[in-house]
Amino acid sequence: MSVTAKRTARNGKAGIGGKGRLHPDHLIFLAFIAPNFLLLGLFTYWPMVYQSYLSLTRWDLISPIKQFVGLENYVVLFGGQEFQRVLFNTFYFTGTVLLGSIVLGLGLAVLLNQRLRGRNIVRSVVFAPVILSGAAIGLVWAYIFDPTYGLMRVVLGAIGLSSPSWLTDTKWAMPAIIIVYLWKNLGYAAIVYLAGLQNIPQDLYEAARVDGATPWQSFRNVTLPQLSPTTFFIVVTTILGSFQAFDIIAVMTKGGPVNATTTMVWYLYEEGFVAFRAGRAAAAAMILFVLMLAVTLVQVRYLQRRVHYS
Amino acid sequence: MDVTADEARSRPRGVQETQSRWAGLGSVMQYVLLLLTALVFIVPLFWMATASLKGLQEIYTFPPVWIPTQPKWENYPNAWNAAPFTRFYINTLITTFFGVGLEIVNAALTAYALVFLRFPGKNLIFIVLLAALMIPVQVTILPNYLTIAALGWLNTYQGIILPGASVAFTAFLLRQHFLTLPTALLEAARLEGAGHLQLLWRIVLPLSRPVLVTGILISVVAKWNDFLWPLIVTNRLNMRVLPIGLSYLFDREGNNQWGIIMAATIFVVMPIVILFIWAQRHIISGLIAGATKG
Repeated sequence: MSVTAKRTARNGKAGIGGKGRLHPDHLIFLAFIAPNFLLLGLFTYWPMVYQSYLSLTRWDLISPIKQFVGLENYVVLFGGQEFQRVLFNTFYFTGTVLLGSIVLGLGLAVLLNQRLRGRNIVRSVVFAPVILSGAAIGLVWAYIFDPTYGLMRVVLGAIGLSSPSWLTDTKWAMPAIIIVYLWKNLGYAAIVYLAGLQNIPQDLYEAARVDGATPWQSFRNVTLPQLSPTTFFIVVTTILGSFQAFDIIAVMTKGGPVNATTTMVWYLYEEGFVAFRAGRAAAAAMILFVLMLAVTLVQVRYLQRRVHYS
Repeated sequence: MDVTADEARSRPRGVQETQSRWAGLGSVMQYVLLLLTALVFIVPLFWMATASLKGLQEIYTFPPVWIPTQPKWENYPNAWNAAPFTRFYINTLITTFFGVGLEIVNAALTAYALVFLRFPGKNLIFIVLLAALMIPVQVTILPNYLTIAALGWLNTYQGIILPGASVAFTAFLLRQHFLTLPTALLEAARLEGAGHLQLLWRIVLPLSRPVLVTGILISVVAKWNDFLWPLIVTNRLNMRVLPIGLSYLFDREGNNQWGIIMAATIFVVMPIVILFIWAQRHIISGLIAGATKG
């Protein structure tokens, strides 16, 4: 009843259609959202519920019996060196990618914002790898990183360095993956920063100039603070994106050599679908989920604050 | 840095003399950086393209050959036949086409309902939709594999397509746009007896063409490149999709036929490259939509 009252009070559009207690809209509404919510329920929400349970069991994906083991999987994961290595790899990867995306992304954006001839072509070229297949990019770079015949040997040779055997060296495999991931995704950060730069009101720069600010000062005191929402957005999307990295690793190193490039998603893939330890994989997935949820919630809180104060 | 150039212009004349020499130097520096950036991004793509025409002796030589002296066009048919690429291509076309179609239909219906139809507790339903944004696909692969297996859908198109057929972000994107449409137009059509599907198809979607195109393009790119889910839900060679098919050509330990591998990567990325050249404005605006509107 109160719903009906509120409804008519809220929009004066009560004239469209009937006015019964069960509005004809209601059935249509349900019919329209049904397919989407059926799929979301089956393939997004239910999996999280079921996975929470699986993470408390020991199961090989085949046997009819799932043995309930409580928190054992989590204890084993956090206690074991293998998973600590995975966490370390994930943070090493994410941290470096994040730093690279911000510093190089902002630098590129500032450069591409100058009135330079050819900048539009360079913008396109910088952005193109973002939408190309990670598997294809991974293969191209596997060839570039070939220690004997690859392009990287030429580049390093030009500055007097010798090429490490990138993908088979435990020390160099992760930097190689990071370079490829950054190369592929840097265009995204650059274009987002570029949009941010173009949204800064020009009169702020005028004011800074009137006050006698040097270019560096106006960059520090106008550009950077004005870009802080953009930076925040890039921090969040870069963290979430790099937590999910998979195809480049799958194609180039398969998590190796000796776990050197095993990050969270590769680990949970291997535990689940290669080693058939469903409980362990489920627990790893839950940990990854919580990490990502934390990042998302920070973003939601930040956005709410911004809405309130603006 | 943009300030540098403007600043030089507005300086009193005496100062400008010395300043402009610096500004000139600055702009040379900028062009050097621009060129360097272009090289960093173009050279790997150029390397891929030229390597796809190299024979083995031009691959296995150092310093490398930049432009193949005798282009080996047969790398392309050889790559195509090195793995069942005809089948991979058909599979990817099918999963992309139906995946995108279902995703967009689902999103449009949901967004229409959320914006134009009445329902008690509609906001709660919207929040439930938003919550799905926080659950990335990577996290659900194990239980989803079990569901698809229980349905008997491993190695099927529906197994590859359906879990990705509802994307909360697309529904969200369309909803945000639908909210900006004038309701008067809809009400008039409604009074003339048009049904909701007609309204959606005849009025709402045509008025939303740019957002719709953006949504479709982003979805095409995501589905064409999808790697993890098709890898998990198929294990038969004839049900694999292109990105996974590519990885069959690469031998991590052995001597690789790079010419053939690069030819294969070319025909995997080519449709997306063409799409990008044709519609890059839409793709870019869609991908950064969250950034500027958030």
